[in-house]
Amino acid sequence: MKLPGASEFSWRDVATEARLLLIGIPVFLWTMIPIYHMFLFAISPKEDAFSGKLWPDHPTLHNFEIVFKQQHYFLRDFYIQFWNSTVIAVSVGVLTLVIATAAAFSISRLKVPGGRTVLNLALFTYFIPAAFLAVPMYRTMGNYGLLNNHWSLILAMVTIASPYAIWVLKQASDKLPVELDEAAVMDGATTLQIFRLVYLPLMMPSLVAIGTYAVLLAWNEYLYAFLLLSNDREITLPVALGNFLAADDSPWELLMTTGFIYALPPAAIYYAFRRYMVGGLTAGAVKS
Amino acid sequence: MAITLSGDQSIPAPPLSPRLTPAQAWGIALLAPYLLVFLAFVVYPVCYGLWLARAPSNYVALYHDPIFARAAVNTLIFLVIGINIKMLIALFLSGFFAQQRTWIKWLSVIFILPWAVPSIPTILSVRFMFNPEWGVVNHLIFSFTGDDGPNWLNDPTVALTMAIGVHIWKSLPFWTLILITGRLAIAQDLFEAAEVDGASWWQKFRYITWPSMQTLYITCTLLSMIWTLGDFNSVYLLTGGGPADLTHVLATLGIRYLRLDQLSLAMASIVCAMPFVLPLVYFMMKRLSR
Repeated sequence: MKLPGASEFSWRDVATEARLLLIGIPVFLWTMIPIYHMFLFAISPKEDAFSGKLWPDHPTLHNFEIVFKQQHYFLRDFYIQFWNSTVIAVSVGVLTLVIATAAAFSISRLKVPGGRTVLNLALFTYFIPAAFLAVPMYRTMGNYGLLNNHWSLILAMVTIASPYAIWVLKQASDKLPVELDEAAVMDGATTLQIFRLVYLPLMMPSLVAIGTYAVLLAWNEYLYAFLLLSNDREITLPVALGNFLAADDSPWELLMTTGFIYALPPAAIYYAFRRYMVGGLTAGAVKS
Repeated sequence: MAITLSGDQSIPAPPLSPRLTPAQAWGIALLAPYLLVFLAFVVYPVCYGLWLARAPSNYVALYHDPIFARAAVNTLIFLVIGINIKMLIALFLSGFFAQQRTWIKWLSVIFILPWAVPSIPTILSVRFMFNPEWGVVNHLIFSFTGDDGPNWLNDPTVALTMAIGVHIWKSLPFWTLILITGRLAIAQDLFEAAEVDGASWWQKFRYITWPSMQTLYITCTLLSMIWTLGDFNSVYLLTGGGPADLTHVLATLGIRYLRLDQLSLAMASIVCAMPFVLPLVYFMMKRLSR
C-alpha cells in the first residue's frame, strides 16, 4: 500500500497505533495486576506486604526460604503435598493418554460399531457443570471406598479429561490416510502392530498436546481435590493453599509465595508446549 | 445348540457373533477402558444422584431456604449478564489480537497467563488486594483521598460483581483464543474487496465478520454458560459465599449442602438447576448436530 519513499511518518498510522495502545495497555494491566500482586507478596517482608507498597523497600527471598525449609505451621507438609500434586498430575496425564488413544484408535481407525455414539455420549459429560457432577461423584467415591485415596482424584480427573482427549485425538486421526492402514495390512501387520508402529508415531504431536492438557487440568484442579482428599499428608497443593484461610491471621505473604511456586510449573509447561497446545487443542473448534 | 448341552466338551464354543472380525474385537477391547470409566464415574453418579434427590420433602426444604432463592438469582445474574459481557469483550479483543503487530503478538502471549495459571493463588491474590485494612486498593484510596476505602467484599452486590470479574479474568483468554481462530478463518480477500469499496469499520464487521462468526460466537456463549454453572472457584475463593451467604451461586450452594452433610438437599438444588441447564443443552445439541 505504501508508496516508496512517500513518508515514513503519517498521522494516520500514529492515530491507529495510539488507538491500539489504548486497548493494549488496559489489557496488559488487567492481565498482570493480580499476578504481579502475588509476586510482590512473595518477595516482600510481611510489613511491606501489608502496607500496600507497590514495590517493597527491602525485596527479599526470605519467604521462599521459609517455604522450602517448611518453617511454618501451614507449611509443614509442603514437600509431600508438592509430591502429591506431581504424582496425581502425571498419573492423570498417562492414564488419560492410554485410555483416550485406545478409544480414538478404536473409533477412528477400526470403525468399531457404535463408536460415534460412544463419542457423543462421552462429550455429553461436558454438559454436566463440573460442580454439579462433583456432588454425586463425592458420594460415589465413598461407595467405592476411594475417599482420601489418591485414586479417587486421579479417576475423577481422568473422567473429566478423557472425552475432550478422545475427541481431539479422533479429529487428528481421521486426517491420517486410510491407505496407511491398508498398506500395513497388506504387509501382514496385525492390528496391534499398526497401532504401535504406524499410528502412535504419526499421532505424536496431538499426543503431546493432550498429555500436557491432562497434566495441567489435574495440577490446577481445586474443587475435586478439596472434596475428595482431606488428610494433611494426602492433599494436593491447592487444597493446602485453601487451608491457609482457616486461620484468622493467615500468613498471606507465605500463602502468596507458596501459590507462586505452585503456579510456576503449569505456566512453564504451557509456554514450553504452546506450539502444540494452540494448534492441537483448537483445531476442531472452528469446524462448524 | 441343544447338542452342546449334552456334555460333548470337544466342540469349541461358537464365536460370540460370526461377523466379529479380529479388528472389531480389538476395537471393542480398546474402547472398553473408557466405557468402564464412563459407566463408573459419570452414569452411575448421575443416576445415583437423581435417585437421592427423589423425595419431595427436599424441594419443600429448598423452597423454605432463603439462601437457595438468593443463589438462584445470583446464578442467573452471573450467566445472563456476566457471560454476555465476557463474550462481547472476547469478540472485541479477538479483533484486536488479530492485528499484525509484533507487540500485539507479545501481548497475546502474556494475555494467556490467567488461563494457564491455576486459579487459587490468583483469586486469593485479588481477594487480598481488596482487603479493607491491608489491601493495596484501600491503601491507594487512602493515600489519594485521605478517606478509608469501602469494605469491598462485605457488600453482596459488589462482592458478586467482583466474583463475575474474577471469572472473566480467568476465562476471557480461552474464549478470545477460540474467537481469534474463528476470525483468522475468514478469507482476507473479502476485507480487501470491502476496503476497495470504501466500507467503514462497522460495515466490515456487520457484513463480513459477524455473518462468518455468529455460529461460533453463539455456540461459545452457550457452552460458556453451561461451564460457568459449574464455576465453583470464582465465588468460593473470593467471597466464600458471604457476606451472610448472600453471594452463593448454585455451584457453591450444592457444595455447601454437601459439606453440611445434607447430600440429598445438595442433589435437589442441582435438580432445580436443570431448568437452566436443559434448554442450554438442547440448543447446543441442535447447533452441533446441524
